[in-house]
Amino acid sequence: MFSHEPAIYENSFPVEGGTYENAGHVSSQIKALLKRMKISKEVVRRAALVTYESEINICSYARSGKIVLRVTPEHVMIEAIDEGQGIVDIELAMQEGYSTATDRIREMGFGAGMGLCNIKNFSDFFRITSEIGKGTHLKMVIRIDKDFDGI
Amino acid sequence: MNLEDIVKTLNLRVVSGEERLAAEVLGGYVGDLLSDVMANSKEGDLWITRQIHQNIVAVASLKDHAGIILIQGCKPAADTLDKARKEGIPIMVTDMPGFEVIGRVYNMLATKKGPDPST
Repeated sequence: MFSHEPAIYENSFPVEGGTYENAGHVSSQIKALLKRMKISKEVVRRAALVTYESEINICSYARSGKIVLRVTPEHVMIEAIDEGQGIVDIELAMQEGYSTATDRIREMGFGAGMGLCNIKNFSDFFRITSEIGKGTHLKMVIRIDKDFDGI
Repeated sequence: MNLEDIVKTLNLRVVSGEERLAAEVLGGYVGDLLSDVMANSKEGDLWITRQIHQNIVAVASLKDHAGIILIQGCKPAADTLDKARKEGIPIMVTDMPGFEVIGRVYNMLATKKGPDPST
């Protein structure tokens, strides 16, 4: 979806799994990039949020992954693709409050079962696919509304 | 009201981002769950938490918070401090428990904005 639109920017950013040391690094980069493109604050903030939650998921659960950013005149598209354990029951994983996080992850204030819900709520389009033992693929699209700058 | 007013009144110790104390504080947010803070806090908020690891800097930076107050004598981890100094995110520490910090910050913000909304 939306992939037929000509991109004005496209790039891929690697995300390290198993460590939080650089978590938030890609979201910061993407936020700065979108800001420079003069995209509205509201859209930039939503894009930063869905990217951040995706990064945290890769850091928490995957061996490695990447965030792909594609910007068209109408949309910001973000994909989070990881190599990892995958999700056994996507419906369950999408339930607010459900989490398979370890105690260590929870102590840091992650793993409250809110990440995927946040991603869904802050995107205009969201799709999740996963293959056990292979990895998970999230696709988020945020519409660039030029007239609205809510926050 | 700017951050410096709150720092002085509550006698907070500023450990990073001293150069940004003139920033205006628009509101406050309280939470230790990062996804909750990501979803519900707003630009210009002063974030009150007891999380000390470096991801708090990323959250405050992504959400354009005015700063972070660590309560109950919590100290930022060394890498948190490095990152906050590099990114210019103000972190303040205090020995006060959260309840007291939140109440005092709330009152300061509420009285500056007009009558106390709780009355």
